[in-house]
Amino acid sequence: MKRYVLHVFAYVFLFCGATFAEFRFPMPEFATGYEHPAVHTPGPSNVMVGWDIVVLLATLSLAAFLVLKRRKRREIFLLTLFSLVYFGFWRNGCVCSVGSVQNIMAGLCDPGHGVPLTVLVFFAAPLIFALFFGRVFCAAVCPLGAIQEAVAIKPGNVPLAVEKVLSIFPYIYLGLAMLSVAMGAGFIICQYDPFVGFFRMGASFSMLIFGGLMLVLGIFVARPYCRFLCPYGVLLNWCSKLSRHHATITPTDCIQCELCTDSCPYNAINEPTPEKAPEDRGKGAWRLGILILLVPFIVLLGVGVGSLLKEPLSRMHPTVRLAERIAGEELGRYAETNIESEAFRASDTPDEALYAEAIELKAGFGRGGKWLGAFIGLVMGCKLIAVSILRKRTDYEPDHGTCYSCGRCFKYCPVKE
Amino acid sequence: MKPKGKRDRRDFVRGAAAVLIGGAVLSATRSRSPRWVWQIDPEKCTQCGRCATHCVLAPSAVKCFHSYSICGYCDLCGGYLRPDAKSRNTGAENQLCPTAAIKRTYIEDPYFQYTIDEDLCIGCGICVEGCDVFGNGSMYLQVKHNLCVNCNECAIARACPSDAFERVPASEPYLLKSDRERRVS
Repeated sequence: MKRYVLHVFAYVFLFCGATFAEFRFPMPEFATGYEHPAVHTPGPSNVMVGWDIVVLLATLSLAAFLVLKRRKRREIFLLTLFSLVYFGFWRNGCVCSVGSVQNIMAGLCDPGHGVPLTVLVFFAAPLIFALFFGRVFCAAVCPLGAIQEAVAIKPGNVPLAVEKVLSIFPYIYLGLAMLSVAMGAGFIICQYDPFVGFFRMGASFSMLIFGGLMLVLGIFVARPYCRFLCPYGVLLNWCSKLSRHHATITPTDCIQCELCTDSCPYNAINEPTPEKAPEDRGKGAWRLGILILLVPFIVLLGVGVGSLLKEPLSRMHPTVRLAERIAGEELGRYAETNIESEAFRASDTPDEALYAEAIELKAGFGRGGKWLGAFIGLVMGCKLIAVSILRKRTDYEPDHGTCYSCGRCFKYCPVKE
Repeated sequence: MKPKGKRDRRDFVRGAAAVLIGGAVLSATRSRSPRWVWQIDPEKCTQCGRCATHCVLAPSAVKCFHSYSICGYCDLCGGYLRPDAKSRNTGAENQLCPTAAIKRTYIEDPYFQYTIDEDLCIGCGICVEGCDVFGNGSMYLQVKHNLCVNCNECAIARACPSDAFERVPASEPYLLKSDRERRVS
């Protein structure tokens, strides 16, 4: 017991010695009774957070009402502009539902990573609305969708085949983003968000160039980010496929006038299946069987490709980049040090510890790369199967997965309620 | 295919999806902690200057803080005066700060008080380096939370070479060098 007390005393003295030794100059004792000023430490502002949730739920409900009941493109567009101003320019586009996927993933991977209530609502509310009313979030609430909707002045048509092939990219982006979060390599969806720079009126040069190109492209190809990149759109697509009350082109019965066919810039209108089957039933069944048997092979191919990508994928992580830089400097591959390697050398961490961490991370990326490859392979296989299945359809209908409920087709329909 | 059977199946899958979303949300909330905000650990900071250039705000939400309780109140202040200053006065040619954000006031012989003007400070950390090298290290960088927009992923944290940015609970949002500091908010 005595020894224990002595130990404690020794530590206390050591500690005091260390804290006093830190200062080169003693703190003065003032003769004039001077008291040092207080430090200004304002707390983070919490006021808007509750409002964000209220506005999100209100705009989602209003969007669902406008899309399903009012059916007026102009009103939907006005709500879109409001969301652009509020969630975009007023709230600076952060936190958004698109980025919230990463917070949820981070919360799932690391229980220590707290997920605030706002983020949870921003993640879940649009998906739940999509389960019931389709992608009304994309139509009029998402600020990223809104800014693209606002610039889509002369939207042209993308060939359906090109659309189908490009629609694989959101899955890849989602997979990459989830891998990045799971490995602790950062939130790449936020990092490569093309429009947040416009909302904040300031961003890095590359971000502005990327966003500017997206907007210019968006004049002629409506919503390029939503269609070919948005990772949250993947989840919305899945939920919207199951939607209970999705928007319809005609308020009552379709009269097959075909007026709406060219109204959709998103290739999201499914035409009625032809009267005559395009091919023999037996032949189709054979092809479907072969495709289903092919899926495991595509998944295996994906796993192979994923494991080959271990090295480039692992460079997403700053620690791996730093370790490679340090190793390169030790081997004399670089003429001079950079700011990261200087900071690392100043921190007294041994090189070996850094290398060990980087090797462990690389192994993690190796496993993650295989999962990513398997996921993308599975998605490709499912897409192939979906393309070769002919669903019986008698009317012109919006595709429940890809339709953004923007309401352009409403006014093309001559049928009135 | 009977339309009724299809409807049932859809309902089932929709219910399953709702359960899945709810489950994901619930398991993510398992350890719902207080709101987090970004802050700089002054012990790790290497004053590289990226805080001034990488913040999404212009000027940066990172400002220089001054812990008066550990300040030496030196006449020859390493954070205020350029190393090659001709004389120890408030002449612009003698000042280290590129925006003249540090105010030097005489208190009593030989002590001077140095105050940071937060409207002028750009968070470049030049004075921090000077104070660290020549003085007590009472000047250091902190994220000012009335300015910070609390990005999902802080752009400076991503660029920080020494990993000095960390998330701290919003109830305790500053990592001040001295606990004896009087604070106002």
